[in-house]
Amino acid sequence: MPKAKIYITLKKTVMDAQGQTVQRALQNLGFTEAKSLRIGKYLEMELEGNNSSAMKARVQEMCAKLLANPIIEDYRVEIE
Amino acid sequence: MKFGVVIFPGSNCDADAYHALRDAMGVPTEYIWHEVRDISGFDCIILPGGFTYGDYLRTGAVARFAPVMEAVSEFAAKGGLVLGICNGFQILLEAGLLPGAMLRNRAQRFVCSHQYLRLEQLDTPFTCAGRKGQVVDIPIAHGEGGYYCDEAALSQLEREDRIIFRYCDKEGNITDEANPNGSIANIAGICNKERNILGMMPHPERCSDPLLGWSDGRLVFQSIIQTLAKKVPV
Repeated sequence: MPKAKIYITLKKTVMDAQGQTVQRALQNLGFTEAKSLRIGKYLEMELEGNNSSAMKARVQEMCAKLLANPIIEDYRVEIE
Repeated sequence: MKFGVVIFPGSNCDADAYHALRDAMGVPTEYIWHEVRDISGFDCIILPGGFTYGDYLRTGAVARFAPVMEAVSEFAAKGGLVLGICNGFQILLEAGLLPGAMLRNRAQRFVCSHQYLRLEQLDTPFTCAGRKGQVVDIPIAHGEGGYYCDEAALSQLEREDRIIFRYCDKEGNITDEANPNGSIANIAGICNKERNILGMMPHPERCSDPLLGWSDGRLVFQSIIQTLAKKVPV
């Protein structure tokens, strides 16, 4: 069955307090090269279908409607 | 007048809201199950606090699609009063009934405490019983209370006097120290353009019973009751 890989990330303009906190933790562990960190969501979806671009469009619609909040999040969809 | 308190799977402040209205304020109140599609006969709908649908995906993201929400939308479009408290506010945001979104508290911790709020606007059905600049203590209990909207939306809220409550200190000063969650402009509560929908993160239903020795929250319910009492029955 085809699989959709969905990456949901906070918009660049939104402060990522969680990312900042974890980045500081990495610094404290000695990983001083980690200068910035932003945390997002990764979703995997198995879906029925055979037309890649049609499926991609449907999954993007899912993102716009439910999976992502367009006010604070961006999304990217890959179909394989 | 009749108040309705919606119960979604995961709501946990519904009983407090019901008690505050029915017992502390003495107004007819009923619960509304999330699958109900007909909410005619109500004058004010409360979306209470809680962790609806486990806050899965994003807080309020799933509840906004509950069957009752279509009815709430129509009710609000016709001018019905809607008060979203905490998770209820989050649901109103996800539903697009109020602008903006909620981010996780900037301190990355759930905060449960007393909180001073400054009353910014009196011309809403939810604050008309108050005094301009009045400072009240209404508790907060949330992990995702960081209100966010972009510059344009914030300008519009300010221009249209739709920021109703702001986090402040005891003297009513709007400071960063007094901001418990990183909300932009210390926003604790906003209303829609028509001023019939209010969303607020603090919990007025937790401090409306004098028996608890703390009743700053009565202001919100008293305002609604006053507003409804003035309305000419159809």
